Amino acid sequence: MDKLMYDLKTQLIEQLNLQDKKPEDIGDDEALFKEGLGLDSIDALELIVLLQQNYKIKLANAEDGPKVFRSVRTMAEYITEHQGKTV
Amino acid sequence: MNKSQHIITASCVIGNDKVYKNGELLFEGNSANVSDLLPGLYDFLAPDYPKFYKMDNVSKLGWLATEILLKGSFEKTAYALEDVGVVFSNSNSSLDTDLRYFQTVSGYPSPSLFVYTLPNIVIGEVCIRHKFQGENAFFIFEKFQADFIRQYTGGLLDTGVVKACICGWVEILANEYKAAVFLVEQKNTGLEFTAANMYRLFNL
Repeated sequence: MDKLMYDLKTQLIEQLNLQDKKPEDIGDDEALFKEGLGLDSIDALELIVLLQQNYKIKLANAEDGPKVFRSVRTMAEYITEHQGKTV
Repeated sequence: MNKSQHIITASCVIGNDKVYKNGELLFEGNSANVSDLLPGLYDFLAPDYPKFYKMDNVSKLGWLATEILLKGSFEKTAYALEDVGVVFSNSNSSLDTDLRYFQTVSGYPSPSLFVYTLPNIVIGEVCIRHKFQGENAFFIFEKFQADFIRQYTGGLLDTGVVKACICGWVEILANEYKAAVFLVEQKNTGLEFTAANMYRLFNL
């Protein structure tokens, strides 16, 4: 799980153009939106693309988004649970 | 004459790896690549605005030019936010980003590139930064049309639609780029807002 979370942080920085951040700047349980990392609605779409592109996981139900994308840890848990499955 | 009341109170020109503020050399890069020049200029200004990194290149260029234009030259509290307008122009619209977006379409289309596939987004980025809410417009011309910019911006000022206006040219396609932006206010003295004065600064 730690390796997956580190990889996710690296991918977030790359995909969301967070050049002012390093992986160690992003907490495992830090909120990705609003008061946390401050991501916006376009970033949310990029996160959906990231899941598809890097992990072949399609988020079929948009209502799951806030729960899945709450933090790096919740993303990692979702990936671990769904990788290799058809969602 | 009304024209004499419109004064260029500041200018910023970026081109050929050089940045001029009010006609004076402010910054000189040493990169052949505009994608290196723009972050280098951002680091030089150190404005602490992380959203800069998310912008496309035309927005980065216009945003940086405006940042330099206004810094130390603009008394923001002198105007209501809805009284400050932005009028930009260029020749390639958002083609630089359109092409990058098109490259992603065969795989996973990028939402963050898609939102920059309009040229006027650069105006939005400037207005978000400074909270300007005044009239804005983006025009596409084959080359810089200072006469049109003077006439259109002058009209906005004359009719009271805006009381100050940022106007000019913000163009980028691959490694070809040029920005020339002007702050125009209604003052008694200073550099007259004429096409000739804009062309002179544009061609620095």
